[in-house]
Amino acid sequence: MNKIGSLLSPPPWTPRLWQIMLLPSPFILALLGALGITTLVMLIAGVSPLAVYQILFFGAFSTPVRFGDMVMLATPLILCASGLTLTFAAGLYNLGVEGQVVLGAIAAMIPLRLFPELPTPLLWTLSLSCAACGGACWALLAASLRLGARVSEIFAGLGLNFLASGLALYLILGPWRRSGAAAASGTALLPRDIWLPTLEGLRLAPLAPIIALLGLGLVWWVLSRTRWGLEVRAVGINPNAADRLGVAATWRIAQAMAGCGALAGIAGGLQIIAVFHQLIPNISSGVGLLGLLVVLLVLARPVWVLPVSIIFASFTVGSVQLPLALGVDSSIAGVLQGALVLSALLARGVRRERAQRI
Amino acid sequence: MRRPPVHLLVLLLLIVGLLAACGSAPAAPVAAPTEAPVVEEPTEATEESTEAEEPTEATEEPTEATEEPAEATDEEPTEAPAVSEDDEYVFGMVLVGPINDGGWNQAHFEGGEYVEANLPGTRFIYIDKVNPADRPNVTVEQAVEELVGQGARFIITNSAEFADGTNTAAAAHPDIYFLHASGDGVLTGEAPENVTNLMGRMEYGKMIAGCAAALQSENGRLAYLGPLIDPETRRLVNATFLGAQYCWETYRERPVEELEFKVTWIGFWFNIPGVTLDPTRVATDFISEGYDVIISGIDTTEGLVEANKAAQAGQNVWAVPYDYIDACAQGEEICLGVPYFNWGPRYIEIIDEARAGNFMARWEWLGPDWSDINNLETSMIGFIKGAGLTEENGAIIDEFIAKLAEGDLQLFSGPLFFQDGSEFVAEGAVATDEEIWNTPQLLQGIEGQSAP
Repeated sequence: MNKIGSLLSPPPWTPRLWQIMLLPSPFILALLGALGITTLVMLIAGVSPLAVYQILFFGAFSTPVRFGDMVMLATPLILCASGLTLTFAAGLYNLGVEGQVVLGAIAAMIPLRLFPELPTPLLWTLSLSCAACGGACWALLAASLRLGARVSEIFAGLGLNFLASGLALYLILGPWRRSGAAAASGTALLPRDIWLPTLEGLRLAPLAPIIALLGLGLVWWVLSRTRWGLEVRAVGINPNAADRLGVAATWRIAQAMAGCGALAGIAGGLQIIAVFHQLIPNISSGVGLLGLLVVLLVLARPVWVLPVSIIFASFTVGSVQLPLALGVDSSIAGVLQGALVLSALLARGVRRERAQRI
Repeated sequence: MRRPPVHLLVLLLLIVGLLAACGSAPAAPVAAPTEAPVVEEPTEATEESTEAEEPTEATEEPTEATEEPAEATDEEPTEAPAVSEDDEYVFGMVLVGPINDGGWNQAHFEGGEYVEANLPGTRFIYIDKVNPADRPNVTVEQAVEELVGQGARFIITNSAEFADGTNTAAAAHPDIYFLHASGDGVLTGEAPENVTNLMGRMEYGKMIAGCAAALQSENGRLAYLGPLIDPETRRLVNATFLGAQYCWETYRERPVEELEFKVTWIGFWFNIPGVTLDPTRVATDFISEGYDVIISGIDTTEGLVEANKAAQAGQNVWAVPYDYIDACAQGEEICLGVPYFNWGPRYIEIIDEARAGNFMARWEWLGPDWSDINNLETSMIGFIKGAGLTEENGAIIDEFIAKLAEGDLQLFSGPLFFQDGSEFVAEGAVATDEEIWNTPQLLQGIEGQSAP
């Protein structure tokens, strides 16, 4: 196993909160590095970094509406990141998570279109179950390519992402198009009474973040408290060794992928019933890839998924104000997110390098 | 077990970060408050344009909505002083595409600038590129929220795709007025009472465009670069086709059968890589298939740009862009002219009314000022002849416009048939406004998808 590869290997599983607090660990270094890079970009662009940071960090908390939007963005992010924590634990790079979100969204649409008259709680349950199945099936497809045909799950996942968005587009322009129209902008809005209920005056549907937190809790419990989780982690560290010790590595890999797919699928389903209320081509809005960044940053520790997801979501929501307030393009949020992950990886790399020299 | 090299991931992240940084030309936002002393133009404009308003009256049948807004306006004065102390009336715009697209969005943007320059005491703010490709996590409602947060009290949303979002946002902000351009929520009754609709009768502009294309084409093969399929785009294609057919028969004196008219829809108002057909590709395909005029129906200028490239390579190709008065600039020599929207004058009137507390919810479909369709102070739509049009054809176009202006020429008159053979307009009848507005199919003789 090469040393750089081991950077991303799942860490020991007791969340080492105190260590992170006490040592000026990669976390602080990463933050400083990221701020450095982003500040540089902003100085080059000729804008005041302080004003931009103020909006990026606190913008999402300035009004209840923005806070609600932030929660609704953090929701799918948490679900995707929890799912990816599972696959990272099994040593898999599930880049197909975007496609799994899309398939979840498509599958969630099916009961909504077929039985809109069902009592809504039943309809939502059915819809989210379909979403989980859809995402899981799509993930299993990638897993079977990996296990059966030895196609790396990275490339299988990327290919399946394209296939999934092609499928969504076909449905939007074809069988599910609005009556009398054909537009890539999306299907007709769902009837208002089957939208997930929101808080008065906000776009925040409280049920959605609750589902996300349950998903995250489940992943944390499974990975740290069950034998199954232990086996998955063993497979992640060394599948051959785990196999020889009697762990069914193939099964664990497939199960981890399916679990991730199911969580990503639920994220897609929530995008339908709680956020967009229609199928649009970009239904995932990139939450899968953003979730990947979150997991890279927290080294797949479930405990850290929640705060980092919230931070990432608030950057994105806060950045919407940038063009209006300061004349800065909102993509600066993406720069900061990317820079955070990048510098976290670099900081860990440097530390490990040193440790090995000693 | 092999692990994918982390260098690659790191490199990938770096590249993505850099791209994000470089690709982000700061969208110049809040336009500076123009408090320059304004000449008396606006008053003239408003007076004159009352004439141009006449056609609207006819279209205001859905009066249910017109009566109600009085309630909404009553509340407004109490709210107003609290919001702005400096007496500035901020109005915002949510645009689906970039403000410099040389088409639909630029026309709207400059309409907003026109208001700011000519209506003292107003300030214009905007958010552009509100579409799932450019801003994946931003909905219309969110964009509206930001504009309201910056003090906007009147908001223009500029895409047919924003109908649902505008209605939702308007319901959430009953004290803010909304103008949804090109929608018909007021007509259908789906819009709350603080929403008004505005659209230009671009059918006339498109008829002129079709006529210019038919006059100049050598082989009578016209191609239409269509956006997505909905009633609006169908009626514009039909109008183009009718204009082309008329001029082909009347001025070229050629049989209808020799005129070929093909539409290819890209799927959205502009190119979204991986989602729509690539308009550049569609345009080059048109040219290689032998179509010699490309008429654009999309927000951007790919049709003109590609035709210009082909012309520079020695081919005889022309183009008719769309939406924006200066659209020909990207290929002067091969541009036959451009039918354009002139939003400013009517925006001024509507915003002024709203500011004075006299907002009226209307579904407006404004025609040109027929005394001079290119009068920028009065005409909602116009047609600028391009340098590519021969002098002789230019004279014919003027004659054609004069005929339309006099009202002698009603191109939507029967008998007209749809693609599936069903009758659209009976012999001796003329299509009503609502029939045209809700066009369900393309006309017989047009090659392309109707999506019924």
